[in-house]
Amino acid sequence: MTAQRVIGVVLLAAALVAPWFAYPIFLMTALCFALFACAFNLLLGYVGLMSFGHAMFFGIAGYFFGHVVKAWGMAPELGILAGVAGAAALGAVTGALAIRRQGIYFAMITLAFAQMIYFFCIQAPFTGGEDGLQGIARRPLLGGLLPTKDDRVLYYVVLAIFLFGYGTIYRIIHSPFGQVLKAIRDNEQRAVSLGYEADRYKLLAFVLSAALAGLAGATKAMVLQFATLTDVSAAMSGEVVLMALVGGLGTIIGPVVGAFIIITMQNYLAAAGEFVLVIQGAIFVVIVMAFRKGLVGELTDWWKSRRSAG
Amino acid sequence: MAEQETILEANGLTKEFKGFVAVKNVDLRVRRHTIHALIGPNGAGKTTCFNLLTHFLSPTAGRIYFNGREITGSSPAAIARMGLVRSFQISAVFPHLSVRENVRVALQRKIGNSFHFWRSQKVLDRFDRRALELVEAVGLSAFAELPAVELPYGRKRALEIATTLALEPEMMLLDEPMAGLGQEDIKRIAALIRTVAKDRTVLMVEHNMSVVADLSDTITVLARGEVLAEGPYATVSKHPAVIEAYVGTGHG
Ligand SMILES: Nc1ncnc2c1ncn2[C@@H]1O[C@H](COP(=O)(O)OP(=O)(O)O)[C@@H](O)[C@H]1O
Ligand SMILES: [Mg+2]
Repeated sequence: MTAQRVIGVVLLAAALVAPWFAYPIFLMTALCFALFACAFNLLLGYVGLMSFGHAMFFGIAGYFFGHVVKAWGMAPELGILAGVAGAAALGAVTGALAIRRQGIYFAMITLAFAQMIYFFCIQAPFTGGEDGLQGIARRPLLGGLLPTKDDRVLYYVVLAIFLFGYGTIYRIIHSPFGQVLKAIRDNEQRAVSLGYEADRYKLLAFVLSAALAGLAGATKAMVLQFATLTDVSAAMSGEVVLMALVGGLGTIIGPVVGAFIIITMQNYLAAAGEFVLVIQGAIFVVIVMAFRKGLVGELTDWWKSRRSAG
Repeated sequence: MAEQETILEANGLTKEFKGFVAVKNVDLRVRRHTIHALIGPNGAGKTTCFNLLTHFLSPTAGRIYFNGREITGSSPAAIARMGLVRSFQISAVFPHLSVRENVRVALQRKIGNSFHFWRSQKVLDRFDRRALELVEAVGLSAFAELPAVELPYGRKRALEIATTLALEPEMMLLDEPMAGLGQEDIKRIAALIRTVAKDRTVLMVEHNMSVVADLSDTITVLARGEVLAEGPYATVSKHPAVIEAYVGTGHG
């Protein structure tokens, strides 16, 4: 078994019993961020595109969810669907304009779009402005069959959503499309010279990543019962970069580990107030300098070298 | 439809970089099923010509026809799909894909499932046999599962040719395929080019004159962006302007 498999199996077992050992709300939040980080990593790790505005997809999906469920009184499934579709549509528009740019220009354009969306969300009537959308009711799922008031029940729903998203990303990476993405990441000019219109592949990857970030954002709104400006902010866009880098880019599981570390830190260091950010920054610097490939990346290397040595 | 004698034609090809003219009014005709060499001192504009012909750069002026069809405004990827495929002066492989996967990425294109993100890549397994045949044809069987990044330089160039061949292009543009190779590799790649050119057309930039003399049917000499001479090796090598251009820059 590869190191990644071992880590995966252990984590899955842990995930199944976790709500008896930790607060379900905390776990669900962490799972949402983990999915968000995985969606982001699909772009950075497998296409080589650094988006500095991914919070716009995460956050806007929360608003879509809140509006559909709260204002329109519809089922949460439809809210999530609306969140995913809205994020994908936003991804298609911003992606079409950003994807032709390379490197830092691409990053800057995504950042600019995210800022526009942020100010739009402050002003727009359906987002609740500074207050956001509060008190989104937890309606039952599956047409009333599955009540979600109990946090532990909802936890398994969220775990299922997470696994669905994670599985989707795994499949994308290991698909005929994924092969072309890796080729483009490795050498775009060469991929073009083989007849691949690189921009179209990158755009599809961008839309898929946006949709999955939207799935994470809508699910988070369902769990916490609110949608806020924080989730569309530049700080959130930065946080997801942090999660992906801490865990490691070249692996699918890395961003999950990164997200849990960051969320745990924020949770348990909450008493330290603003100081959390300083500690977070320091840890980030240490990890980036000491473990270039992120925690999971380094662990995988260590495992491989140990096996080839023994 | 009768096949035309000329497969690739460029008329009045010109490229200016901010006032500097890298390629000046170049006319080029490549005959089908020949090996045509483009030679000239460093900075003559050979690579720029390749970039123009495959639209990796847009020409300032001039028109390009492939199989009688104008391709001047077509996208680089579309030109590749028509069967005009280029290589690069610096070796261009996909470093983190294995040797087999490098070739398979090229094979996969024609099937049209390359946007299928919901399917398992196992559907690509059926290309493995053909991929391994091509890998063997360029002498890389022993390295099939190695990431391309770990290949020595000469082997990377061989892998590039295998990847290009996977597309079964009607015409290949090779930019300095021998650059940086040792004697052994040069012999192997030259033999390979001769074999693949049997039923296709090759336009190649090359500095190694014995390779050029040996392989090419026609030679076009470029200097300072302009065509200096054209013809078979015997004629071109005796051309006074060519001798001067080469002696002048220390090439030979
Ligand atoms: N993108 C570019 N921008 C500006 N000048 C360029 C560019 N590409 C090539 N050149 C210039 O054009 C000239 C021809 O270059 P090139 O076609 O690479 O020559 P060759 O391949 O014959 O050695 C050189 O003087 C080079 O500096
Ligand atoms: Mg050159």
